[in-house]
Amino acid sequence: MSKGPPKDFGFGPDEEMLRDLGRKLLDERLPVEALRQLVADDPDAVYERGERPGWNAALWREIVELGWTGLAVPEEAGGVGFKRVGIAALVEEVGRHALPSPFVATLAATYVLSEAEAETARAWLARISDGTTATLAITDSRGSWEASDGEVTAREDGDALRLDGAAFFVQDGFKADVLVTAARKGEGRILCVVPRDSPGLALERDRIHDLTRDQATARFEGVRVARENFVSGDAVRAVERAWPSILVTVAADLVGCAEWQLQTTVQYAKDRKQFDRPIGFFQAVKHPLVNAMIAIDRARSLVYHAACCIDTDDPEALQAARMAKSAASDAGAFISDRSVQLHGGIGFTWESDVHIFFKRSMHNQALYGDGVHQRSKLAEAMIGPIGVGDPSSSGAGRTGRLPSGVA
Amino acid sequence: MSQAGLTAEQVAFQRHAREWLEANPAPPAEVKLPLSPLEVMTRPQMDYFKAWQRSCYDAGLVGADIPKEYGGHGHSGCQAIANRELSRAGAPFLVNTVGLSMMVPTVLAHGTEGQKRRFIPGALSGEEIWCQGFSEPGAGSDMANQQTMAERRGDDWIVNGHKVWTSFGHFAQWMILLARTSREHKHDGLTFFLCPIEGHPGVTVKPLVKMTGESGFNEVFFEDVVIPDSLRLDEVGKGWTVAMTTLTFERGAAEGAGGGISSHHPIERLIRLARDSRRNGRCAADDPVSRDAIVQQAIVLEGLRQSARRSRVPALTSHPMRLPLQQKVIASEFEQACSRLGVDIAGVRSTLYKHDVAAPDDGHWPLAYMNSYGFTISGGSNEIQRNILGERVLGLPKSK
Repeated sequence: MSKGPPKDFGFGPDEEMLRDLGRKLLDERLPVEALRQLVADDPDAVYERGERPGWNAALWREIVELGWTGLAVPEEAGGVGFKRVGIAALVEEVGRHALPSPFVATLAATYVLSEAEAETARAWLARISDGTTATLAITDSRGSWEASDGEVTAREDGDALRLDGAAFFVQDGFKADVLVTAARKGEGRILCVVPRDSPGLALERDRIHDLTRDQATARFEGVRVARENFVSGDAVRAVERAWPSILVTVAADLVGCAEWQLQTTVQYAKDRKQFDRPIGFFQAVKHPLVNAMIAIDRARSLVYHAACCIDTDDPEALQAARMAKSAASDAGAFISDRSVQLHGGIGFTWESDVHIFFKRSMHNQALYGDGVHQRSKLAEAMIGPIGVGDPSSSGAGRTGRLPSGVA
Repeated sequence: MSQAGLTAEQVAFQRHAREWLEANPAPPAEVKLPLSPLEVMTRPQMDYFKAWQRSCYDAGLVGADIPKEYGGHGHSGCQAIANRELSRAGAPFLVNTVGLSMMVPTVLAHGTEGQKRRFIPGALSGEEIWCQGFSEPGAGSDMANQQTMAERRGDDWIVNGHKVWTSFGHFAQWMILLARTSREHKHDGLTFFLCPIEGHPGVTVKPLVKMTGESGFNEVFFEDVVIPDSLRLDEVGKGWTVAMTTLTFERGAAEGAGGGISSHHPIERLIRLARDSRRNGRCAADDPVSRDAIVQQAIVLEGLRQSARRSRVPALTSHPMRLPLQQKVIASEFEQACSRLGVDIAGVRSTLYKHDVAAPDDGHWPLAYMNSYGFTISGGSNEIQRNILGERVLGLPKSK
């Protein structure tokens, strides 16, 4: 008898235990008061003076000791090879606590390295498993998510490669030990690992809204990449194969973040009284919160479905992941909007915590493509590329429509 | 492809269901068939569906988990498999939906031994069609505001009143009836009855015409209707509690065929419609706005399926009712948005009624759109559902 997709998404006791341990750790070490102190102590620090947003390096060392960075590393490269459903559940907790850390960026880099074919990729994965942090440097200045875009170039330079150009929107670049970089070489694109302290590599801090991460522009000027750091001759393939996992990860972060926004706003609606009643009594408050819950649950179900598709090598995994990211981006946008509006005047101030999650969510909504982007991609898979027209209907096809004599 | 983790009984049942459905496909109908039970309008349609339910019952696919002494087949955990296989085979729906998904579970939970033996077999076989008498002109969302009175006279009850939105009323032999037996208490003054309808003295069934011009539901008038006390379900004054049992099953039935999603493969149908329609001088399937709208619906539908799956994984749900209570709202609003999108994509061709030969998909989209309000309003309007979700799941203060 053939086996169908697991009814429980493959979410078993191991996955549950990891998620619950993660939740407990972050509940203890990063309650929202601690988060506020860490990242939102002084509005001028990050925005006006351009200081690096705060993060808890000691907590990160603890997380590394707990082995989180090795979870996504395949077993054959010395990692745990944990199921994506388990990692998604853990990332949900990370999003729920808005943890500032290189965790998500390192996961994204891990997924791409796991798809790189060269033996050298395994060595780097083993280092990540041991706590080396990584991030992707694959995006061009316009923020294109096409793996075939990107403005870094590579050429042979003796027994090494020489990189020039720049990679943009590098997530948590200042927390990463290495940059997993795609570079154009001749007709193709290669993938290599560039340690952050490489001569010729300069990281410039982007001034961003989100207080819970940093973002960088990485400038390469004659950066020499040794052979052992060259990990794939086909960066486009590696990135594209990693997309489902990357998208599910960011979607899970969004869902966790959204759940915090929902529960916090619900609590406020119970506590805050106007006209002698808690405002949650009013349906103008109650119903939007229910709508947010419905949107969040849709996204969460799609996240676990997509993660399970990846775990079971389902060919639909990319589509499922795009659905999850689209639903999570939209749910995030909706609850972000309501969380500020329903908090009223206080929600509009720096004093309230909702802005921290609002901005993390907004950053994640755009990251690797928002809902419209994902649906545009999905439409190509489900309906076909634009311009194929309607050959089925008589004489109404693209070419058949042209009046005679016009061409 | 079968699911992992089935019992030996379930595996055998699934094989039987599949083989039977393959060997016994539904016969071709001589009349045009509606897409959902709520749209059954004519006697020949009803007879066709009753015959189909009877064959399914005889094959063991209806009442699979009901004890044998009540006319069932005595399995455990097999009805869901039967439902899945029926849906997979694209089989016609089981028409006695009020009987199967409302009366049977309610009588099982609250009925006497005699009531169970008398009423369940006929509902399973489809021999006796049931309708529901909860709604009244003044008791919609405020369901406890029942004005239909049942007064005790010796061993009988005398019923006077007026029920509305009664689907199947013109085909039904029986009604599950909620009536007021005391004016003293709102909720505790209600009692639940099993009331004969067809040919019963004092009962008048009048068709109500829907906004689509179709009939299909009714209003039912009661004028000094006599019901023996043996047809009372549970205790006098317990009607509200019993009705809540009924509604739990009704809302649970929303997951899948019972509560909407009446058309098979709605997304594929929308894509086909878009390929066959024009917008801004090009194929609507090439129009980015239409494409986005179609994919949005595909995501909602996939989310509905995956939430149904997740609702059975306790480790991935924070509150046991959080997902089940959402299903009716999402399914009915999906149905509405999806059919509305079909109307939009069909453009000016959506103006055509089903009897116009040029109407795309036999006029399905505008009719499905208008009929979708039946799902968003009935079974507890979606506004009431949102109150329930906000109060029971999120813990917000009660709106009323």
